[in-house]
Amino acid sequence: MSLLSIRDLTVHHGLLRAVDGVSLELERGEVLAVIGANGAGKSTLLRALAGLNAPTSGTVHLAGRDITRSPAHQRVSAGIALVPEGRRLFRSLTVEENLLTGTYRKRSGPWTLQRVYELFPWMTERRRQNAAQLSGGEQQAVAIGRALLTNPDLLLVDELSLGLAPVIVRRIYETLPEIVAAGTTALVVEQDVSQALRVADRVHCLLEGRSVLAGRPADLTAEQVEHAYFGIGDLTQDGKD
Amino acid sequence: MSLSQLLTERAAAAVDVRRAARTSKASGGALLAVVVLLAALPYVVFSDITDTLVNFYVLVALASMWNLLAGFGGLVSVGQQAFVGIGAYSVIALADLGVQPYLAVPLAALTCVVFAVPTSWLAFRLRGDYFAVGTWVIAEVYRLLVVRVDALGGASGKGLAGLSGLDPALRGALTYWVALALTLATVGGCYLLLRGRVGLSLMAVRDEETAASAAGIDVTRAKRIVYLVSAAGTGAAGGVITISSLSVNPDAIFNVQWSAYMIFIVVIGGIGFVEGPLLGAVVFFALQQLLADYGSWYLVLLGAVGIAAARWLPGGLWGLVRDRTGLSLFPVGYYVRDPGHAR
Amino acid sequence: MQWFNAVVQGLLLGGLYALFATGLSLMFGVMRIVNLAHGDLAVVASFLALALVGGTGLPLWVVIVVTVPLFAVLGYLTQRVLLQGSLSSGPLATLLVTFGLSIVLQNVLLEIFSADTRTLDGGSFATSSFQLAGSVTVGWLPLVTFLLACAVLAGIQVFLTRTGLGRMLRASSDDRETANLVGADSRHVYGVATAIAFATVALAGLMFAVRSSFDPATGPSRLIFAFEAVVIGGLGSLWGTLLGGIVLGVTQSLGSQIDPAMTLLAGHLVFLAVLAFRPQGLLAGRTT
Ligand SMILES: Nc1ncnc2c1ncn2[C@@H]1O[C@H](COP(=O)(O)OP(=O)(O)OP(=O)(O)O)[C@@H](O)[C@H]1O
Ligand SMILES: [Mg+2]
Repeated sequence: MSLLSIRDLTVHHGLLRAVDGVSLELERGEVLAVIGANGAGKSTLLRALAGLNAPTSGTVHLAGRDITRSPAHQRVSAGIALVPEGRRLFRSLTVEENLLTGTYRKRSGPWTLQRVYELFPWMTERRRQNAAQLSGGEQQAVAIGRALLTNPDLLLVDELSLGLAPVIVRRIYETLPEIVAAGTTALVVEQDVSQALRVADRVHCLLEGRSVLAGRPADLTAEQVEHAYFGIGDLTQDGKD
Repeated sequence: MSLSQLLTERAAAAVDVRRAARTSKASGGALLAVVVLLAALPYVVFSDITDTLVNFYVLVALASMWNLLAGFGGLVSVGQQAFVGIGAYSVIALADLGVQPYLAVPLAALTCVVFAVPTSWLAFRLRGDYFAVGTWVIAEVYRLLVVRVDALGGASGKGLAGLSGLDPALRGALTYWVALALTLATVGGCYLLLRGRVGLSLMAVRDEETAASAAGIDVTRAKRIVYLVSAAGTGAAGGVITISSLSVNPDAIFNVQWSAYMIFIVVIGGIGFVEGPLLGAVVFFALQQLLADYGSWYLVLLGAVGIAAARWLPGGLWGLVRDRTGLSLFPVGYYVRDPGHAR
Repeated sequence: MQWFNAVVQGLLLGGLYALFATGLSLMFGVMRIVNLAHGDLAVVASFLALALVGGTGLPLWVVIVVTVPLFAVLGYLTQRVLLQGSLSSGPLATLLVTFGLSIVLQNVLLEIFSADTRTLDGGSFATSSFQLAGSVTVGWLPLVTFLLACAVLAGIQVFLTRTGLGRMLRASSDDRETANLVGADSRHVYGVATAIAFATVALAGLMFAVRSSFDPATGPSRLIFAFEAVVIGGLGSLWGTLLGGIVLGVTQSLGSQIDPAMTLLAGHLVFLAVLAFRPQGLLAGRTT
């Protein structure tokens, strides 16, 4: 059984169809990258998976369980964690307190505060510092640590590279195999297509809310990806799985 | 032609954007007839009816001013009793100086503007919800300062000089007309102000404050104008209260109850509609008269109805009426009608 | 010496103001609700205790031990039943709901207990005092209320910083949506915040009731004290609220030393001065 199974998911912002009939499957231990231009609906898709935006239609199953209508906090218990776009650390909390908020639901799993400090060793010294004083890349790492401490089966990461220097992005992505090895499945949204193709087992391209291309990086040509990304040419035969 | 222009035009072609609803012309005539009828009342009915109506007019005026402030300006104040009190005391003080009390009412409005300027300077430092309690504290300060002035009667209040020579019937009628004029001025003033430039800025601010200020609208200026106008109208209403009751007591006139009345009338009637306070005042008044024998239970009921309205009926009664019938007596906003389906 | 005495008395009163203001600050911090019924709730607690003492003859401390948890439960329920629904309709709705609640409470009290002024009899303890230095006499009751207030504030502080739920309260106050993403059920978190607010209000209300007289219309002026303490101290800081309460208490006490009629005015004027010259409050920017 797939870990995550999305069927025909449609999400509206008012009258706008931000996600339009998207279906996808995600197996345990996989890394799936969702790519797409600005405004393609990637964040909306992730927010709907995390329970922040209610879908208009379609279903979401996690390990066979229908979670389409569960509120966000119940999805944390069910095993979904989202690293939101723009990191969104709790400004008035210290680094360690930010991390510890992830343990609120006390879900069991491999991740402990100690383990997160091992993943990002610099945090140990700065754990008493206010989260608002960290640099963007450091904040991103704390946001990932916070999500990991909920011990998710499925980790959703929205735009990890946003506003970060390439070297920082690479360093954070280097931790991804370790995270997956610990038993976590990852769905990452990435603007940087080449980065996404490098880290992902499969990629999924969204265009104006619709899924237009899906496959393994090795099976896709650069031209296919480019067309799907920018919406050039006839896409219908590539898309829809 | 830029893309945004193109989009705007296409959007405008698809729907029908209009300002004044068709009802406004017909309702204008009807309103005029009603006003003439009301003005003639002192000649046809007993004075107890006109005296009751004076109270009603004062409530309409107060509520309209609060509606302007909160419903259009977004300034939710619980301290408008400051201006009720200042207006009332201005009439007392001006009458002491020999000004004819009826003429003192518009002057009381001016006095309130003078006090409202420094008040707004302080109160506008508080954002959002804290503005409400902040204005309340300021009203308390005004009360505490007034009771320290012996010339104004201190803590026990003072009677109004200058009306004792008048025939009671004539005095009743004059008070009635002044109160009617006050109501017309406040309701009409709201309508005119909101149809003008200030109204447009306020609509923009109400929709999206940051965007409005980015678009070059001076948000603070628009809000300050609304605050000053509202202070003037509230102060004039305070003045009318004095000429109708012939005396003033600091604890009663600076009581937060006035704000409670204004707020609940507006919320029940429909906040953000010029018609709301009128409808709300009718409901409030009916409730007050019906439950007159049950002590303060009508306030309990009022509070409960207010909670219910705030919770389940954000547009109030007028919102309900408008949604059902599309009726608008004082159209001040732009209404977008989708020709495809009538609301 | 007289002035020193006034400062000491004001300081002790200020601790109580701070305890009383904590709930207002907490509800605003976590939910962005300004609870206009805050003062009336304290008065309701006072009347409830009065009725319990009169009706059952239980000693006052037992009544306090019963009333405070009862208010915590009431707070949780009030949030879930009355406030939660209005939160999504924006700040105006919550303000109107709490204002409506304030009017309802005041007038129900008026109908049940009449407008008479009451006090809660604290027994001999309430009037006994000891000599601190020279002419400065300190009442046991004000001292104990002050110490209790400080202990409660410290307890809340420990709860907010050392427990998972307390951390989640602070996290929700920073960013509700992200708190949901790490598993916070906002309704429960808000319920807990309101429960703490109501419990502290009840405790403070009972202490006020033993110290000074009250009637059904006392609530609004109490609310104003709490509000002033919060604004003077600076939003979102527990220690700021304590400082704000003490500043308010000392100012009022010094004001009454000049002229008894100046008590309230002096407090208001300090509040306005802070508003004019330091609108962020004395201790702003620090977090709990
Ligand atoms: N809160 C919102 N209200 C209204 N519309 C929204 C909202 N959030 C997103 N949208 C719209 O929904 C569409 C999809 O937005 P979304 O944020 O999901 O895109 P995205 O793929 O994440 O883009 P980006 O790469 O820029 O982050 C966009 O057209 C956007 O304008
Ligand atoms: Mg995005």
